[in-house]
Amino acid sequence: MSEAMQVSQRQDSATSAWGGGESPFAVSWPKLMMWLFLLSDAFTFAALLTGYGAVRLTAGTWPRQADFFNITAVVGPMTFILICSSATMAVAVAAARRAAWRTAARFLWLTILGGLLFLGMQAFEWTGFIREGARLTGFVGHQAGDIPAMFPATFFVTTGFHGGHVSSGVVYLLVKAVQAGRGRASAESIEVAGLYWHFVDLVWVFIFTLLYLV
Amino acid sequence: MAEEERAEGGAWYRVYALTWFWLLVITALEIGVVLAGLPRGWLVALLVVLALLKASLIAAYFMHLRYERLNLIFVVVVPLILVILLFAGVAQDALNVFLLRP
Repeated sequence: MSEAMQVSQRQDSATSAWGGGESPFAVSWPKLMMWLFLLSDAFTFAALLTGYGAVRLTAGTWPRQADFFNITAVVGPMTFILICSSATMAVAVAAARRAAWRTAARFLWLTILGGLLFLGMQAFEWTGFIREGARLTGFVGHQAGDIPAMFPATFFVTTGFHGGHVSSGVVYLLVKAVQAGRGRASAESIEVAGLYWHFVDLVWVFIFTLLYLV
Repeated sequence: MAEEERAEGGAWYRVYALTWFWLLVITALEIGVVLAGLPRGWLVALLVVLALLKASLIAAYFMHLRYERLNLIFVVVVPLILVILLFAGVAQDALNVFLLRP
């Protein structure tokens, strides 16, 4: 019987999903709250990307991203690293569920390493972009007249916001890795941290596609 | 009991490895599509579809959303309709300006 049918059926309030007898979502509150936070965060990024799309459409001209960013040597590998770190995070969660704390801690450290590598490559890319004259408020130098100010502005704001999420994710996972190493993290708290980390990867999918590839 | 749990753990690793593999394949496909130089409209449409596919894979398997109760899946997925409304509302205005340009 499907969940919806179960809900629609008349049952005793103590046993129906919405009757107060049990959690309708069958998850604990930290997990539910993380999902709701991620939903709100998804709207934040959706707003940033919508704004980016709007200013890009109305800008008239838009530079070729390949002139500024190395898609195959830097941005592609960044994406690769983030996907791999998401996979190691998933393994850490599965290990924590089996109470294999050493494995969980090891894979959490691998995930952190992936996050730091990603951030390092992003810093490298930002440095190169800034050296070419990109600023938050527009281009400076000899290319200033040709490039719409919104090109660097949308880039810095969107990737910066994402990078901020990766940075706080690294701090979050550091705490969890230390706790797991001592066997003092609950499997569920690692799963909730994992949700956050996977979401950061999920957002990068859209940033990678819309800012670099389109 | 312990044997059962180990088997379950192994099944998870398989799911994660498969998800990881397909995410990488789609990423490679995305870069390949850009390098292939398709017509602009097709390129954008294809890239957006591939991105949505990747996002669904991450949410469904890495974030276990597929294994959650239908209630929770609806709570997460249904509000995202608002994102489509946001796009639609802004796109109208942006496209007007875009099409007005000579």
